[in-house]
Amino acid sequence: MQPTNRSSRILLPARLWFIHLSLLVALGLVYVPTGRLPGVPDWLALVLAFWCIREPLRIGMGAGFFFGLLVDIGQGAAMGQHALAYVVLAYLANGLARRLMWFTALQQALHVLPMFLVAQTLMVVVRLIAGAEFPGWSYFLSSFTSVLLWLPMTYLLLLPQYQPVERDDNRPI
Amino acid sequence: MTLAGHQAPPIFNRGPAPLVRLLVFVSLCLAILVADLRFRYLEVLRQGLSVATYPLQMAAATPADFVRNASVYFATLVKVQLENAELRRQQLGTGDRLLRYAQLERENAQLRSLLEMSQRVGVRSIAADVLYDAPDPFSRKVILDRGAQQGVETGLAVVDAAGLLGQVTRVYPIQAEVTLLTDREQAIPVQVVRNGLRGVLFGTGQGRLEVRFIIATADIQPGDTLVTSGLDGVFVPGLPVAEIESVDRDTDAFARILCRPLAGVERSTQVLVLGRLALPPPRPTAEQEVAAPSTRTKR
Repeated sequence: MQPTNRSSRILLPARLWFIHLSLLVALGLVYVPTGRLPGVPDWLALVLAFWCIREPLRIGMGAGFFFGLLVDIGQGAAMGQHALAYVVLAYLANGLARRLMWFTALQQALHVLPMFLVAQTLMVVVRLIAGAEFPGWSYFLSSFTSVLLWLPMTYLLLLPQYQPVERDDNRPI
Repeated sequence: MTLAGHQAPPIFNRGPAPLVRLLVFVSLCLAILVADLRFRYLEVLRQGLSVATYPLQMAAATPADFVRNASVYFATLVKVQLENAELRRQQLGTGDRLLRYAQLERENAQLRSLLEMSQRVGVRSIAADVLYDAPDPFSRKVILDRGAQQGVETGLAVVDAAGLLGQVTRVYPIQAEVTLLTDREQAIPVQVVRNGLRGVLFGTGQGRLEVRFIIATADIQPGDTLVTSGLDGVFVPGLPVAEIESVDRDTDAFARILCRPLAGVERSTQVLVLGRLALPPPRPTAEQEVAAPSTRTKR
């Protein structure tokens, strides 16, 4: 697998334990109590969308559902609210994965932004139907801050795949 | 997928189509949502999973604890001295009132025994710190650092120095979730101090409160203080709750009454969880109601 499909560099395959570890770390970051601070990035949505695009055969709606439930419990939100949003996010990211792999990370970020917004809108709609108050437009700020982190996070999560298997100066690639 | 009657070879088989999987997961999520929001069936599952994720939650809360402790550590001497002076001044006032309170309580007990009324039970209370606002932006909730292990139960009232703050709605082993007065789903039976008029207080969501279902011609005016009426058997009667800000009588049948909470509902950090009162006596049956002469005047 390459960094993007246009690149000629071959990466190591991503290890399954690393994928799950990164999702767990993201879950831990979501659990950090930040109170009512607006624009806190949704770490789990970010990492989930990343792996749904990189590894559509391994990470998909099942992972979105499971981690969504865990986020709901940690945040004291309605059960199934984040699960629903992440399932739809994973579906969109999986579906666009083949196309997105042809773009640079910046262009990918532009594609991911509407996915995050769709996920957040779903949560707002679900809670408004259930009779909650509208949290204000600053709620949607979190999608934008998440997208700003797309580039550094792509770099970070691809780092383990960049290392060569063994040092070989005569290797052609 | 079949194409002209041929099955796809098993090495390319990837299970159900993405759209089918999406529909399955979405309907599962909707079922969970309805079961949780409408019927509250999933509290057991929530408690179980929250125990499983507890280590992660504790680890995540560490930086927040650190920041809070650091800010306390770096509080300046001047600030502490000012606070100390303020507390001393309050202590004097409170001490004076407490002296009179003890005397009044004795007198009340005597009068009640004279009138052969049942004694009011004392209420146990648990002091707690507000750890942080609950992250869910759709509701107004805070997390306390006391939980089931310290005797907190769901339904208990939470107060600060100025008045009622909210109600415990969910209890974890060492934490509890309090729904604030200003949450849209919070309702409390209240009473106007001046004339005893009863009503129900609802949160409106934007840090305001509203008394609903009071007739437009009722005797209620801006500046009136509302206290809990205790009719629900959950809250202690007489806790200060809110002050009325505006009364709009140009509506159909009920006045639109907006109030301001007396307690620092979204500011307080030190609170008290009040224990439960003894359950009220069972409601009289229809026959008893008919038989008993109505001695109390209805408002």
